[in-house]
Formats: sequence, structure tokens, C-alpha cells
Amino acid sequence: MTAFHGPLTLALEIGWGTTLAIKTVMILMIVPLTALVLGYVFLLKMMSHMQSRLGPMDPGGFHGWFQLVGDGIKFIQKEDIIPGQADRRVFAAAPAVVVISTFLIFLVIPAGPDIIVKDLNVGVFYALAVSSLSVIGVLMAGWASANKFSLLGALRAAAQLIAYELPLLLAVVGVVIQAGTMSLQGIVGFQSTGSIFGWSGIGFPFIFTQFIGFALFLIAAQAELTQTPFDMPVAESELVAGYMVEYTGFRFLFFFIGEFGTAFAFSAIAATLFLGGWALPASWGIPLGVMRFLGPGVLFAKIMAVSFLMFWVRFTYPRLREDQLQALAWKFLIPIALFNILMTGVFKVAF
Amino acid sequence: MSTTNPPLPEFDIDPRAFRHLADAQVGVELVTGDMILNLGPQHPATHGTLRLVVRLDGERVISADPVIGYMHRGYEKLSEFRTYPQITTLINRIDWLSSFANEVPFIDAAEQLMDVQAPPRAQYIRTILTELSRIATFVLFLGEMGLQVGALTPAFYGFRDREHILNLIESATGGRFHPNFNRIGGVKDDLPWGWINETRTAMKTIFDACDTFEDLLVGNEIFQARTRSIGIIPPELGVAYGVSGSNLRASGVDWDLRRDGKPYLVYPELDFKVWTHPDGDSFARYWVRLQETRESARMVLQMLEQMPAGPIMAKVPRIIKVPAGEAWVETENPLGQMGYYVFSKGATGPFRVKIRSASFSNVSILPWLLRGVFVPDVITILASLYFILGDIDR
Amino acid sequence: MKKPKIPGVISGLGITFKTMMKPAVTVQYPHEREDPPTRARGVIALKEENCTVCMLCGRSCPDWCIYIEGHKEKRPPRREGGRERTVSVLDRFDIDYALCMYCGICVEVCPFDALFWSPDYEYSESNIAKLLHDKRKLGEWMESVPEPEPLEIGAEVKK
Repeated sequence: MTAFHGPLTLALEIGWGTTLAIKTVMILMIVPLTALVLGYVFLLKMMSHMQSRLGPMDPGGFHGWFQLVGDGIKFIQKEDIIPGQADRRVFAAAPAVVVISTFLIFLVIPAGPDIIVKDLNVGVFYALAVSSLSVIGVLMAGWASANKFSLLGALRAAAQLIAYELPLLLAVVGVVIQAGTMSLQGIVGFQSTGSIFGWSGIGFPFIFTQFIGFALFLIAAQAELTQTPFDMPVAESELVAGYMVEYTGFRFLFFFIGEFGTAFAFSAIAATLFLGGWALPASWGIPLGVMRFLGPGVLFAKIMAVSFLMFWVRFTYPRLREDQLQALAWKFLIPIALFNILMTGVFKVAF
Repeated sequence: MSTTNPPLPEFDIDPRAFRHLADAQVGVELVTGDMILNLGPQHPATHGTLRLVVRLDGERVISADPVIGYMHRGYEKLSEFRTYPQITTLINRIDWLSSFANEVPFIDAAEQLMDVQAPPRAQYIRTILTELSRIATFVLFLGEMGLQVGALTPAFYGFRDREHILNLIESATGGRFHPNFNRIGGVKDDLPWGWINETRTAMKTIFDACDTFEDLLVGNEIFQARTRSIGIIPPELGVAYGVSGSNLRASGVDWDLRRDGKPYLVYPELDFKVWTHPDGDSFARYWVRLQETRESARMVLQMLEQMPAGPIMAKVPRIIKVPAGEAWVETENPLGQMGYYVFSKGATGPFRVKIRSASFSNVSILPWLLRGVFVPDVITILASLYFILGDIDR
Repeated sequence: MKKPKIPGVISGLGITFKTMMKPAVTVQYPHEREDPPTRARGVIALKEENCTVCMLCGRSCPDWCIYIEGHKEKRPPRREGGRERTVSVLDRFDIDYALCMYCGICVEVCPFDALFWSPDYEYSESNIAKLLHDKRKLGEWMESVPEPEPLEIGAEVKK
């Protein structure tokens, strides 16, 4: 108990307060849950139905909802093998770094009028910056595995992730220009209270004017998550071992949670930036108190819609080769993103 | 971007030899040596137990050596001690995805030695089943090449649509994968009631499946970026190596044993088109097999119209002793050109059977084809050549 | 009017979406079963009274998976003053399904119609040795042997 006493008094003294503690605990619980929900709905069920089959049906009785929970339990009880020549501390820390970057994104995503851990006024900047921490985790994983193929896979993955950071960032610059603020709550507010040519029936979700940005953001998010068509680093494990090969048991589970948690987080960012986040249009006149309850639900629905698009693309397309992937990012996506910013700036000033 | 087997980099002097002259040595691995990658016998990309020992220079392949024989089951030796019906059972399992097509040349050779002609209805049934097995294996190819290239869904469509054909084969012969239906002099049984209509319905689903694959993969820009200009086989080289079947036709060589070789089964009476493609890359091989699937479905529909009534077995004695002699029959199997050389000394079983399997020659071009390609392209090329290990190793 | 060319990437998405909307084709095996066709080669059934221990099936099996033992017995003559008959009695008729290739040569070759195909396929065991089935079990499978189905139009009617 005394081990807790010190940090607890410190926290209370600094003034963090119990609200922040509660919010932190909730975030810690939500991330694996979101990974589970996303994984189950899209990876197991939607993929199966797209492939004309049923997916898990038995575990848990009702359409196999327990499958991923059971998988999690299975991973946790596996033997923890660390390669003999591996750098133990780095090896252990790598999955943690990847997952930490996922947790950190959730700190700024608003789920209601005041359901947000901390509404930074550089929210967008912070979210995207923190999401690129996972690149370090990937490199650490590849290096610490003491495996030539693992290192090569990690280098390729890192190159891909870095290459697609730029389209990701540039895609949202248009939104920031239009909203005039980088704070996510501010952007949600702008979209819900806005109006299209004077008609405020559905507010002003940025997807109408920033459709190029939306498409770019989704493509870049696919690549950031190493999902098909950009999953050469991961499917490379067919041929050359990917960076995750030496990881077993719960360490691999961390990577898995990291991937799906980040998918959820990116979908949340996309829903917030382009679709209006937790807010229903202000012209519908729903009082804020009600939105405190409806907000998370609305956000969840929008996240599911965006994730549907991402996973739909994932299950349909073949994968691009590494050099084709890089060419796509540098020669195609970035010029389009810059053009988008230019047009947004011109229209913002003109209208 | 074209990766048409560029010339390999050549160094006049080996930089490693001058390392002792450096003031400071940055790292041992600055000059990357070759890495040997074992695409081992157990691998999801090779269709079975093919081992490819690949030497890589960074991302490019310097040399690739296929090591085969992990699945050698000794068919030719087994055939020395078995009778003709027993051998028919065994050779079903050479190319297990289109198993009916393996029996046909062998039985044809035995019938040539016995100077027996199967009645027309039996010939039609044999041809229909051969074309059905061709469709079955090609539909699976269309799906699983998508899988090797990265798309997860077409593989399932391939398996799902193949089930229709397997159900048809099972209702006629009793076995989904190993029909064991040919006998010297004809076929074992006649078709069950309603089979012709079921086959017609199944052919409609095959046409739909081909359209699905065309929309899903052939038109897909990513698939085209992965397969165009990858693994181009020049036509003369293909002929020199003995590559046959759709692989050769995808390089523009207009050669199909059903039309150009010695007439066998009922192909002389059918009206069909032989599809070729001028490019010779992996995309061409995929495209040719897609068109051939459609063509086979049309041929089956033609044959169902034209099928004569009559007996299905010629007059052969109960204990069949094939007269002494030798016969060589080669047919256009789905994988390529398959041939059987049967040498008989008048006993109930052959003295020696030599099997010329298509995939053995198709795979022999791999060392030439895989020089200088990227590592992911190796997978694409292996998938597009479409060999079956049982066919390589027998 | 010519349809505008939809880029391949979009039409591919349409295909997967359409497939998702259609019901899945999976048959959930232990709860639902598909019936195999009549001729499906599931298991071989033995009609013991027809067997005369001629050993033709055992000899023609490519795997030699049929083990037959029999002995000859004397039976009384059919009519008065005739010769004693010798009858072959089947002692042992085992088929080792671990070796059986399901080719059907034994069923085809039997001159006395003692072997039949049955589409029953659910007889897997946890121990390979238990796959050696004796004539009692083979006789039990006779109940699942279906009637031969009618043949297609154009087939020659056998007398």
C-alpha cells in the first residue's frame, strides 16, 4: 500500500485530481475494448461475409463473439520466448512503445461536449505527431530481434510508415485552414454549427469540401496501419520474416491491439475531422445535456462507418510492392495533398 | 516500371579486397554480401513442397535454384507392379486438382495397344469430365493467384465456385477429387439422372465466377501493377525449355494439343478457340487461363448438346491383358502437356510407364526466369506458372 | 449506349460488397449436414451371404488392404444320392480403412455382388488401429447402401 501512497499523494498535490485519474483509467480500458470490437466486427465477421463464409459462430454461442477474447486469453498464457541474442530490454519495450502511441492518441479525441481527457489547442498536431511514435517501436522490434530478416522487414516497414506520414498530415491541413483552429473540440463545434450556403440542416461536415483530404487521409491511414494494399511489411512474413516474427504470446498481442487500436484511433480522428465527430448538427436543437449521453454513440457510429471503408478496401485489393508503394506516396499523394491545400486556401480567402 | 530481367551488376574489383587500406572501418557489412534465402519446402507461397534456394543481393535475386523431389512418390516404379485399373487409381493423384485429366492419356495409350475404341458416348463423357476438371483447377488458380498477390477474398471465391464442379464430378463418379472413372474400353458408369441439367446450371455459375474474377482482379490497377511485365517468358525460350500449356500460350505461341496434336477424345468434333496473349508476363498467364475457363465452359455446353446415346463400354475381356507393344500419348492437361509412354509385355500390367508431366518442365525455367527480379515478384511468378508439386515430383 | 468504364478498383469494391450482402455458403457441419450424392464413395459394405471367398477383391486392391480368410465346409447334397457339396465359408473379412484408397476396384471386380458402396462418411476414429473394420461392421453398413439411381437420358439400358 505504501507503494501507492507516494504517487497518489503526489498526484493529488499537483492537482491532477480524481477526474483525470478516472479518465486515464477509462482510456486504458477502452483501447483494448475498441481493438476487440473492431477486430471482431470487421476482421472476423465482415471479412468472412465478404468471402462468402460465416466466420466464427461457436465461441460464446451467439455468432462467436467470444472468439477474440478467447484468442487474447490464449496469447496471454503462452510461453514468453525471447531470442538468446536479442537485446532483452529493447525487445520488451518495443511492443509497449507501439501501444503507448495508440493510448496517447485517445487523449485528445472528444466523445461529447466535455468527454475529453484534455482539449489541447493543438489537438490535431498532437494526435498525428504522437501516432508516428509507433515507427520507433517497429524499428526497435526489428533491431532487437537479432534476426537479419526481421531487421530488413522493420526497415521496410519504417520506410513505408515515414513515407505516408506526409500525406496524412497534409490531408488534414485543409481542414485546419477551413476551421481556423487545431483544437478537435473546436473543429467539431465548427462543423456542427456551420451551414452550407446558408442551410444549416446538417451543419457543415468537412467531407463535402475536403473530400480529397478525406480520401487521402484514409489512404494514408491504411498505409500507417500496414493494411492491404500496403501490407508488404506484414505479409512479407510469407517470404521474408516481418518485424514481428520473434514475438510470441502477449507481446504479439500488444502489436495486435496496437494495430486495431490505432485503426480505431485513426477512424476516430477521421470521423472527428471530416464527419463532425460526436456532434449532431446544432440546428437540430438537442440540448448539451442529452449530447453528453448521445455523443459517444454518435461518434461510435461514425467510427464504424469510416472503419468499414478502411476494412472494405483492405479485403478487396492485392498488395502493392514496396517500390510501387513509395512511388505512390511521394509522386502521387503528396502533390495531390499540396494541391488540396492550395485550393482550400484560395477558396477560404475568396469566400 | 519494367522489371524485365535486367543485366546483373558486375564488379571489376571486389571492394572487400581493399579493406585493409582503409583508415577507418565503418562496418563489416558495408558491402552487402549475398544472402541465401530458403523458400523452404514448407511455405505458403509454393504450391506444395517446392524448395527454392534463392541468393539475394539486397532486394534482387541473383540466382534461384529449385530443389524438387520432396514429394516423389515413385509412380513409375509403382506402375511396374500393378495392373491397369490399379494404376488408374494411382495416377489420379499426380495432379490432384484436375485429377480426371491424368487418367485419360494413360487409358488412351492402353487402348491403343489393345486396339480398342471406346464408344462415342464414353468419349463424350470422358471429354466432358476432362473439361470440367480443367474448369475446376483454373477457377482455383484464378482465386489463389489473387491470394499470392495479396488479395484475400478471391481465394475464397475460387474454392466456393469450384464446389459446383466437384459436386458434379462426385455425383457422376463417386469421388470429388479422385474420380477413378476411366476403364480400358470406356468409362465405368453412365451419368446419373439429371446430371446434364445440373451441369448446365453449373456452367452458368462458372461464367458468373469468371466475370467476378475479371472485375475483381483483372481490371484492378493494383493487380496489374503487380503482374504486368513480371516474369516475361520469351516464346522461343519457352519452347526450348519445354514449357507448355497456358504458360506457353500466354507468350504468344499458338499451340494447343487439343487442336494441333494427334486427335484424341472428341476434340476434333468441337468448335473452340485457342486463346493466346502476346505479352508473356504473369498478367498474360492469368488472362489466358481466365479465357480458357470460359472456353471450357462453352465446350462443355456444346458437348452436352451433342452427346450421343449408346453404350459406355466397349467389348473387352474381364481380365485385361494388354498385348505387347509401346504407345505414347500426350494430351493437353490443364497444367500443360502431359504424356504417358506405356511399354507392355503382354501381362495384366505394363512393364514400364514413363510419365511426362507438365509442371516438371514448367518449373525448369525458374532459374532463368527469376534472375534479377524483386523478392515479391518471385511469389507472383511462382503463382502465375501454376505448377502442382505432385505433377513435378510424381 | 456504351457504359462508362468504371475503374477496376471501384468495381472490385462493388463485388465484395455484393458478396457481403448475399448469404454465406458455409454449411455449419456438426449442426447442419449436406447429403453426399448417391454414388459417393464413403464406405464399403459387405453382404456376407453373397461372398464365396474367391479372393478377387483382395488381389485387385492396389493397397492390399483387404484381409480375407475362409475355409471349406462340407454340406449335405442337394438331392438324394448326389455328391456332397463344398461351400466356402468366410472366416475373416477385414478392410483396413487406414490404407483404403476408396478406388472401388474391389466393388467393381466382385463377381457375386457382395461389396457395395455406401455414402456414409462419418466413421472416423481417434486411433488408426481402430480403422480396421471386420465383417460384422461391414455388414452393418449394408443398411446405408442406397438404391442405384436411374441413369441419364441416352444411357443404354442394361439387361
